[in-house]
Amino acid sequence: MRLDPRLSQVFMKILLWTFTGFTLFILIFIIVNISIKGLPQVTPTFLLQDPLDMGRHGGIFSTIVATVYVTVLAILLASPLGVGSAIYLTEYTREGWVTRLIRFGAECLAGVPSIILGLFGFVLFVMKLGFGWSILSGGLTLAIMVLPIIIRTSEEAIKAVPQEYRQVCYSLGLSKWQTITRIVLPSALPGISTGIMLSVGRSLGETAVLLFTAGAALRTPTSLFDSGRTMAVHFYILAREGISMPNAYGTAAILMISILLINIVAYSLMQHLMKRYS
Amino acid sequence: MKKELYIERVLLFLALSSIGSLVTITVFIFWEGIPLIAYTGLKNFLLSSHWAPTRGHFGILAMIISSVLVTIGALVLGVPLGLACAITLAEFAPERVKTLLKPTLELLAGIPSVVYGFLGVIWLVPLIRDYLGGPGLSLLAGSVILGIMILPTVISISIDALSAVPDLYRDGSIALGATNWQTVHRVVLPAAGSGIVTAIILGMGRAIGETMAIIMVAGNALKIPTSILDPVRTLTANIALELGYASGRHREALFATGIVLFIIIMILNLAASAITRRR
Amino acid sequence: MSRNYLHRIKGLFEFPSPSGRLILALLTAVLLLFAGLTGGGCGRQQTQKAVCIAGSTSVEPFAEKLAEVYMHRHPHIRIDVQGGGSSAGIFAAEQGAADLGASSRELIGKEKKLQEIPIAYDGIAIIVNKQNPLTNLSLNQVRQIFQGEITEWSQLKLPPHPIDIITREEGSGTRNAFEEMVMGEQAEITPMALVQDSNGSVREIVADDPYSIGYISMGLVDNRVKALSVDGIAPTRENVKNRSYKLVRRFLLVSRGLQPGSCQDFVNFILSAQGQSLLESEGLVGVGD
Repeated sequence: MRLDPRLSQVFMKILLWTFTGFTLFILIFIIVNISIKGLPQVTPTFLLQDPLDMGRHGGIFSTIVATVYVTVLAILLASPLGVGSAIYLTEYTREGWVTRLIRFGAECLAGVPSIILGLFGFVLFVMKLGFGWSILSGGLTLAIMVLPIIIRTSEEAIKAVPQEYRQVCYSLGLSKWQTITRIVLPSALPGISTGIMLSVGRSLGETAVLLFTAGAALRTPTSLFDSGRTMAVHFYILAREGISMPNAYGTAAILMISILLINIVAYSLMQHLMKRYS
Repeated sequence: MKKELYIERVLLFLALSSIGSLVTITVFIFWEGIPLIAYTGLKNFLLSSHWAPTRGHFGILAMIISSVLVTIGALVLGVPLGLACAITLAEFAPERVKTLLKPTLELLAGIPSVVYGFLGVIWLVPLIRDYLGGPGLSLLAGSVILGIMILPTVISISIDALSAVPDLYRDGSIALGATNWQTVHRVVLPAAGSGIVTAIILGMGRAIGETMAIIMVAGNALKIPTSILDPVRTLTANIALELGYASGRHREALFATGIVLFIIIMILNLAASAITRRR
Repeated sequence: MSRNYLHRIKGLFEFPSPSGRLILALLTAVLLLFAGLTGGGCGRQQTQKAVCIAGSTSVEPFAEKLAEVYMHRHPHIRIDVQGGGSSAGIFAAEQGAADLGASSRELIGKEKKLQEIPIAYDGIAIIVNKQNPLTNLSLNQVRQIFQGEITEWSQLKLPPHPIDIITREEGSGTRNAFEEMVMGEQAEITPMALVQDSNGSVREIVADDPYSIGYISMGLVDNRVKALSVDGIAPTRENVKNRSYKLVRRFLLVSRGLQPGSCQDFVNFILSAQGQSLLESEGLVGVGD
């Protein structure tokens, strides 16, 4: 007995919309739950005071600083490498085995689980090279983690710059490098910034890597060789050990909202770009 | 002219950095891990479930099985849900709803994994413990949390795959009198098949590689699970729990575990790119 | 000749476009900021590195408290405390990644070549959920539970339900001390036990799960869990001090060799009357006794 196709359509539509609604519900639940329990904690004192008594009291200032340092270091290291790779892939070579190899390398790097990066960073930077638990170790490992993101997005951004721009430059007698620095890169800048923002969002949420490379020291790091705990690591420790639920929620709220904002900005930038070039 | 050549060399050097880091990591992991596999023998390493590293037993079978089961569980929960969202948004939702909801659902990707793990411990684990039994920290909890975590990947790649199917196919099907749903499940889905398979494979890669959330909700017990309510320890959790203090053979064993993870994920990545290239 | 090269390098970075110049300016600013970081903060001596203590999660909160008090007195010194477990701390001290390793178990084998500094005595408390009506277990019963021979609460005259056993990871000093004092040579903790990687998280799980049992450092027991008496002896500081409570272990700081300087000063502080009374007020027993 075959079902009337119109009936099965109604049935499937209901099913599909229910599932979609359920997924949306999960998302909203997570965001609302954390925000309601966490935002009341977020006062200027919370943001500007250091953790006291292992995080039971006080604020999260030192974790904010540590997060900023580690992320900035990672971006500083990964951006020249990433953008440079992207420039090379798009401007200086044609599709061939070299470009495929490099791209494959970036893809594989993107797929490496964060704990393996943590293991690698711990053994190489913390132990073997003697950096200890430090912003340096954390930043280096994080840079490796975000490198593929920057390569991928920069490549897309540079490719999207219309070929006419370049041709005009060449016809005017500019060299390749001049064309790149004066025309192509500035045009691709929004796209490259998107990649950098996505990397920042990714770094903010990263815990496994940083717990084992940057450590979990509570004080504000003042040197590259100091250990420091990022907000994500701080949240993890507070939540796991039940040290202070309100503070945990507060940290989670700030973390989550920062990441969401960054992703929203990055996404709108990408939308704006696609409209510009299509 | 010479300057241009110089710049090109520099850029090539930078470009090789990505492959360079990958090579460094791969070589490092294999260098540190292979001696252990040589020591225990591949069969013993992969097929023994006795993991007692301080006493010289390095069998990771229990953890391989746990990782596989947790991932399968995540796929069972995440793929139907994600695919349903993708189909709804790509085929049945009005354009405005789609442009609003697609990025919203992708926001799920921005939530840190420790937040997922935390909420899992607060909400999901007590639910499982009180209504289903067991300690709550279980294979089921891990699968559910991972299933939710892979949703953004599955959804966005599936939507891209579905959107890539030319409208011509749809129009032709409608012209022949099919309903929307018939068009979707008989024409569009098969056409988008390889893209959706890619989405599933990438979701799998994400699930296998997850560490923090799993440590928080899965229980980390060392035995092979006999029910979904049993606590499990995945390969990633094992590395994370012992990484701080492992030395000598023990540390080599952790790297060897890393090799296994690495190879699994490389295979998944290769499969995904092979499929996309065939398209 | 060199001027020629300089000129060429300068030529590489021609960014007449405003956005290019902006990026260059930002990069320079951030790089300078970082250079300032590595130079050391104001008021700090150039060679001052932080004293790093890593290891036992049992010792961690106490080390942190001591560090807070010490740094209050000596604002120019910086002490960083990490967790990771006793074995991780000993390993870090051995490798030089940490100045002091914190351990809640005794050194074994090759570790004995490190210098060990006992700083306190601490008991191991067997904890259960507050809803659990039990108040006492014999040492034998504890061993049988953790071994997997007693698996149901009904075997202990309670309403039937499987026992959820929580243990620490293998590198934990607390676990090692527990295995030595409770499990003994023959028995092993069952592989079915749930594993958590810090005292705090064991306490959290036991506080949430009414059917669980675990062990943590006695100094970390708070009003969210119930600590059982063992063989009739209550887990109190006094009982640890007068040796009637048997599950006691030392807190040690280990190092490759203490250099004179902030590290040595800090250790001296911990062993001083002030440091010891701070530890005692937090629930430990000082080494003087």
